[in-house]
Amino acid sequence: MVSERDVEHIAELADIGITKDELGEFTPQFNEILEYFDLLDSVEGTSPATRDLTNIFRDDTVVPGLSADEALANTPEKEDGFFKAPRVM
Amino acid sequence: MASQVCRFDPEDNYNAFLKTVGKAPYEGTGKLAGIPVAVKDNISTKGITTTCGSKILGGYVPPFDAFVVELLKKEGAAIVGKTNMDEFGMGTTTENSAFGPTLNPCDTGRVPGGSSGGSAAAIAAGMVPMALGTDTGGSIRCPSAFCGIVGLKPTYGRVSRYGLIAYANSLEQIGPMAGNVTDVSTLMGVLCACDSRDSTTYDRPYCHTPDINVRGTRIGVPEEFFGKGVDPKVASVVWDGISLLERLGAEIVTCRMPSMSSALAAYYVTCTSEASSNLARFDGVRYGPTSDTKKQWHESFQDHRRELFGKEVRRRIMLGTFALSSGYYGKYYAKAQAARQNVKADFDRLFRQVDVIAGPTMPTIAFKLGEKSDPLSMYLSDILTVPANLAGVPAISVPCGRVDDMPVGLQIMGRHFEDEKVVDVAYAFEQGVSA
Amino acid sequence: MSVLSGTPPVSSDSSIATDPSNDEVIIGLEIHCQLDTSTKLFCGCSTDYRDDGPNTHVCPICLGLPGTLPKVNKKAVEYALKVAKALNCEILEESEFARKNYFYPDLNKGYQITQYDRPLAVRGYLDIEGEDGEKRVRITRVHMEEDPGRLVHKGGTDRPKYTLVDYNRAGIPLIEIVTEPDLRSPKEARRFLNKLRATLEYLGVYDSEKEGSLRVDANISIQPRGWFEREGKGKADRGRAEVKNISSYKGVEKALTFEITRQKNAIRRGQKLESATRHFVETRGVTTASRSKEMEQDYRYFPEPDLRPLRVRSWSDKIVLPELPDARKVRFIREYGFSPTHAATVTGDWRVAEFYDNLPKDLAVSAATATWIADTLLGELNYRDMSISDVPHGHFIELITLIRKDTITDKSGVEVLRSLLDQLKEAGSCEKPSECVKRLNLAKTGGEGLEPVISEVLAEQPQAVSDYASGKSEAFNFLIGQVMKKTRGRVDPTELNRVMRETLDSRGP
Repeated sequence: MVSERDVEHIAELADIGITKDELGEFTPQFNEILEYFDLLDSVEGTSPATRDLTNIFRDDTVVPGLSADEALANTPEKEDGFFKAPRVM
Repeated sequence: MASQVCRFDPEDNYNAFLKTVGKAPYEGTGKLAGIPVAVKDNISTKGITTTCGSKILGGYVPPFDAFVVELLKKEGAAIVGKTNMDEFGMGTTTENSAFGPTLNPCDTGRVPGGSSGGSAAAIAAGMVPMALGTDTGGSIRCPSAFCGIVGLKPTYGRVSRYGLIAYANSLEQIGPMAGNVTDVSTLMGVLCACDSRDSTTYDRPYCHTPDINVRGTRIGVPEEFFGKGVDPKVASVVWDGISLLERLGAEIVTCRMPSMSSALAAYYVTCTSEASSNLARFDGVRYGPTSDTKKQWHESFQDHRRELFGKEVRRRIMLGTFALSSGYYGKYYAKAQAARQNVKADFDRLFRQVDVIAGPTMPTIAFKLGEKSDPLSMYLSDILTVPANLAGVPAISVPCGRVDDMPVGLQIMGRHFEDEKVVDVAYAFEQGVSA
Repeated sequence: MSVLSGTPPVSSDSSIATDPSNDEVIIGLEIHCQLDTSTKLFCGCSTDYRDDGPNTHVCPICLGLPGTLPKVNKKAVEYALKVAKALNCEILEESEFARKNYFYPDLNKGYQITQYDRPLAVRGYLDIEGEDGEKRVRITRVHMEEDPGRLVHKGGTDRPKYTLVDYNRAGIPLIEIVTEPDLRSPKEARRFLNKLRATLEYLGVYDSEKEGSLRVDANISIQPRGWFEREGKGKADRGRAEVKNISSYKGVEKALTFEITRQKNAIRRGQKLESATRHFVETRGVTTASRSKEMEQDYRYFPEPDLRPLRVRSWSDKIVLPELPDARKVRFIREYGFSPTHAATVTGDWRVAEFYDNLPKDLAVSAATATWIADTLLGELNYRDMSISDVPHGHFIELITLIRKDTITDKSGVEVLRSLLDQLKEAGSCEKPSECVKRLNLAKTGGEGLEPVISEVLAEQPQAVSDYASGKSEAFNFLIGQVMKKTRGRVDPTELNRVMRETLDSRGP
């Protein structure tokens, strides 16, 4: 069983905002879903699915990219050619 | 080449489109010259907003076309609009769109299925003859079944995902949707082309004309596809359909698929895990609605995601985060991959005995709007479509009678790269029904 | 059940012996180097961004635009394999890329594509000159990953207002090399890095002179001697520090020295050392504690579904490694008659070794030339924080030739070299050595020019002259010194000695 506190932790880990109301809503839903996921406990083995294609590469050849204007076209938050983001400290 | 204009009536009674182009330009004389084609809104279109049905991509205009859109244009198709969908493909009803649900043209009190509900409704309503959908766990086949049209999820790797905004990369494919098998086959021929930018594609072009002859084709019918949760009326209609194929000369082989018991859990663990990572890029720095640069980074990131992602998206991001987290990876993600391997092994085993596998596409007819309010019960309705995604095999849904006056879909799954075969069986069935 | 119980932080046991003389330093390094390819790891953008404005070397892929897909640069894999082979690693039959999930604005996609439980190569080693002779440093793993973008914090480091992001660097291929905790002092760590740098440069896969091309994280702890051999890693009695953000070769030694002092002081005071992440502040030469949030990171690695596994072990058999530092050292001793010390110095830097190998054969085989490069030239460069690649090869050959032909003295040679290096540092170019000799009037004075100067000195120093006459031999050296001073060292010392002695002796007692 996960508690509201656990769900709050998961939201923190996922860096996703969650409101008090939603905690009350999501917690029983998660419990129901996680209980269903317990079906996996009975699965034998741990070998991951095989992937047959290997060694897919490209050559080290320069391909023209976007201009700084094009790169910045989808945001108004920019300064001197940089993207502007919230402070990290 | 001179650009011509394809007239398209953007009168949209079902909220099938998020964006329409009334006079869509097209060039050339290719296989789709002048044909109006709708494109699901998670497929990038240069110069046309592409939102994935989410507020977090509101106003985002891609500076490039998805590879499949380049292919459509090369063949002269007119891109007439972007279709509605469950936000980022996360849903089975198209009710999870941030821009309102799409209605089912067969009954506007019901959902069209999802997540490619907009594309299916646009075809069913006669607005366009064909459209692109994407299928992660049934998102092409479910709305095709619910709206009474044809939709094909190609073999994983047969169609380039370049430009498809990822929800669950290892599961999803872009595929053709249309009113009949022939159009699906034609569109599939355009979509299958080698793209060096997608490392997961194979160079397997599709050059095929549907073949009506199913004589001698062995059709496997797993018990599990008619098990608990499948509406008996739906089961009965689908069995009638399979019997028709038998009358047309196919051989019916009942069989078992034990891996089905954990397939849905494996699917949801995998897709939510991948989604939790894929959806982290929407931080409001480079595109989309901007983040608040007055706040601290994590605060801004959290607020941005709380305000602009819908509930189902946030639920899945959280589930996926949990499934990958330290201490739970082994219990969830790793086990899901083992279960996935079991599904593949089951298909491999069955395909040594039969040529295709058939069953219902969906366990029920289209739900009433608002009927599936509980997440798990919504997830459970994907039980019959997710195996094909887990194994990467091709699967088609073709209309197969009605229950309570609503369409039912017959699903046909084939071996890897035998998309042609599932198209042939669907074609034989379609022609057999109308004969 | 409580679903989210984390691992408790490793805490120290106060009962363990804290006799400082019985402690030893345990260091392990994680080194990130930019691979010197033409394009980024997953897209075709050029890596040559250093002279250009922000966000000018970007495309939809390295901006992380939705719908884009990565595709692996074959050259980067080849380079990484070369490194793995040169470090004597075992190449995995099948390796793969994985996503490392964390949220930071320098990440274009909200995750970094790296390698996790199936890296390119594991279990190698690199031999270095350790504190007690030759030492084998074990390599845990070698893997590839993409560089994140660059952040500029606006509004001061104390209280930044917002962050500016440049994605030119995002996607540059990095190789990460992780060592076992086999290093026992900052000096050994420095030597390991120097050897690693030389090896990567010999391989032609890395350019240490590109700004920001190196980043090092160091794990360091102080444990009772012998404890590590007994217990193995991961069971630290005392907490260890992971020092992040070291971005220069010199910084590594500084950061480690600071951290050892800090830890020793804490142990001496009987404080508990918790395992912690610390940041190196290069400008102040100190490490500072990071916010606890960073310690709780759970990166949620999983295989990158957009890429396919690598099966490249067989490629490594076909790789022919170039001559590496150790082999070149042996050759320099054999071929040029180097002393082992000089050979180690000159071959320890790929550029210097190349510089030497490109000298004309007759100059190269001279022991004097070896001394000139290993001691004089490298010393003068180091003093000015310059690199051998700043020195025009032709000019240096000319200078050495002037000395060899006795046109100038060794001492004048140093003066010319200093002048030329100063010019290079100032203006980026310099005059020819012969012009410099002329300008500074350093051409060696022969015996005939000496006499007037000697007479002048003898006239000025009657006391010394009479001291010499009365048998005090120091007076002779004093007088020689006076002449050297007047001629600023451009006279040949042997010739000066001869003429001086003749002049003094001819005067009689």
